[in-house]
Amino acid sequence: MRSILYVLAGLAVIGLSFWSYQENYKTRDTLSEVRRLNAEIGRNYQRLGMLRAEWAYLNRPDRLSDLAELNFDRLGLLPLMPDAFGRVDQIIYPLPEILPIVVPIEVNSAPVNPDEDAL
Amino acid sequence: MIRTPLRPLARILKAREKGEDTGAIEAENLRLRHESVRDKSRMRAEGRLLVLGGMFVLAFGTIGMRMGALAGTPAQEPQTATAGNPIIGQRADIVDRNGRILATNLDTYSLYAQPQEMVDPARIASELAKMFPDLEEEALLKSFSGARKFAWVRRQLSPEQMQAVHDLGSPGLLFGPREMRLYPNGAIAGHILGGASYGREGVSSAEVIGVAGVERKFDDYLRDPANEGEPLQLSIDLTVQAAAEEVLAGGMSLMNAKGAASVLMDVYTGEVISMVSLPDFDPNKRPQVLLTGDQTDSPLFNRAVQGVYELGSVFKIFAIAQALELGLVTPDKLIDIRGPLKWGRFSIRDFSNYGAELSTMDVIVKSSNIGTARIAMEIGAERQQDFLRSLGFMEATPIELQEGPTGRPLLPEKWSELSTMTISYGHGLSSSPLHLATGYASLLNGGTRVEPTLLRRDTPQTGPRVVSEQTSRQAREMLRQVVVRGTASFGEVEGYAVGGKTGTADKPKENGGGYYDDKVIATFASVFPANDPKYVLIVTFDEPSENSGSKPRRTAGWTAVPVAAEMIRRIAPLLGLRPQVDSSEPIGVTLTSN
Repeated sequence: MRSILYVLAGLAVIGLSFWSYQENYKTRDTLSEVRRLNAEIGRNYQRLGMLRAEWAYLNRPDRLSDLAELNFDRLGLLPLMPDAFGRVDQIIYPLPEILPIVVPIEVNSAPVNPDEDAL
Repeated sequence: MIRTPLRPLARILKAREKGEDTGAIEAENLRLRHESVRDKSRMRAEGRLLVLGGMFVLAFGTIGMRMGALAGTPAQEPQTATAGNPIIGQRADIVDRNGRILATNLDTYSLYAQPQEMVDPARIASELAKMFPDLEEEALLKSFSGARKFAWVRRQLSPEQMQAVHDLGSPGLLFGPREMRLYPNGAIAGHILGGASYGREGVSSAEVIGVAGVERKFDDYLRDPANEGEPLQLSIDLTVQAAAEEVLAGGMSLMNAKGAASVLMDVYTGEVISMVSLPDFDPNKRPQVLLTGDQTDSPLFNRAVQGVYELGSVFKIFAIAQALELGLVTPDKLIDIRGPLKWGRFSIRDFSNYGAELSTMDVIVKSSNIGTARIAMEIGAERQQDFLRSLGFMEATPIELQEGPTGRPLLPEKWSELSTMTISYGHGLSSSPLHLATGYASLLNGGTRVEPTLLRRDTPQTGPRVVSEQTSRQAREMLRQVVVRGTASFGEVEGYAVGGKTGTADKPKENGGGYYDDKVIATFASVFPANDPKYVLIVTFDEPSENSGSKPRRTAGWTAVPVAAEMIRRIAPLLGLRPQVDSSEPIGVTLTSN
């Protein structure tokens, strides 16, 4: 009886040490993963900061106003002036919906006289 | 175990035969037995003591070894404790009230040299001098050929420049990572941001420290890693600031002024939405402090905060408002304005003769010095001081700029009756445009004190009451009339009900002894919309002269007012203010009668 207990205790020690060995290595792996992720987050932060700085630099008011002036022909942008505000009563009421077509209309898309079309 | 009997039969019988005492045998055996028991227990006790001692040696040995190991190895942070983000170690960004970036960081590289490793220092020096025009070949060669083992070449490199240095392929040139403070908007809000430079420099990194403005004032906050890169949000609106700078710069060149400043403030929260001082500078290339001459001519000088000037008639509204508050006058009460008003050998005149009497309202509308001085005499020096103190004119503004405390108002040494009279129309007391904005905001927002701030806040300030709501409303009505039919008629902006007061003050001569005849400070202090105040705008020009007419016009009505009106026209829509258009009939209301 006693010897069985000894054997079992021995087996338990072996099992536990094997488990703790594995846990130890798992923890180390996780820690190095965390380090790697932190480094990656750091790199991404730097990249994000750089992109934000670039965005802010490209959108600086001086440049935007110069661009608006250069492209006035195409965009027609003007400084926002008080007359840009509209009033509620300037908005038209929604137009009534067009009634559905009940009677089909014959449309002949083909030219009536092919010779005329050729001219 | 076999016990030794105390009375062994053989010996007892033998002793009985000889007639000896058998008790002696028993005593002898008992003694022997006791001795052996004693020896055994001593052995056991000694063994135990030995084990215990061993344990102590082991325990103390372990502790000692651990302490030795801890002392002997470099400190290391526990890795599993990830409190806070270890990555964000950069100086925090500064953003405007809508989150647009005003200041951020850029990763660059610094270039340094270790001359003892160089193969051909002369070639490197000439190549570097070609690459960077600001470096001199001789100075480089000197630093490369001496006994020094380390020399900085450049503090910052762009990626292209770094590649070019790489292409030189010299072993002695090394790069170190560097953070650079970038102000992407250039000169916009330059005075507010201030600028940054390097503190302690090392090869692997360098400390970025603020040198002026909010960068310096909030240096500790911006550098605190506990904020985890949380940006500092200012009350400035970048778009409004840019528009205000554009309009003010245009106005400054039209009016041939030496300098200009403007302050736009929210009347309820005290937030400074835009603050401009011209000439300005680019904080990316902060200019040197002037070594000679007048510091106020330097672009670094912030006229809106540091520039204390006698601002002239814009102060009149304070005297009138106080008189209204004290019940000394009503808007309709007639004031005697016959002049000149003499006090000792000093006489007070008006810009032109406005007749014998004006109502209090018209004293403001026509800007009568004599009328205001008469009212101020009724108020008295003491009460006037208390009132101006309650509006913040007695000390520097608490604005969050490093330069803030230098904007200290200049007060008369002795507050005589004459001082009371001149201060009532803005002479004898010098204050900054920011002071004026604070005073106007406090007076016109319904009458509660606001403190100017550069940090965004979403709730109105609840300061102590300065004047009653009624006085505040009457003051606004007077200021509105100045624009409608008074000195600031160019200030009318359709739909925004601008109210304001002009002020044209002669500049005092630098070395004392009176005032210049042809140099003025022209100021327009305005509030809009006057019927529902939201913002206060101060526009000040230094030495303006509008030369389109036959002779130069320098009064604020011709210089500061049109520029302020243009500024309101530009920025009010940007602030989301709709113009109030009087429609002929109320929208969506059907008149009925029963």
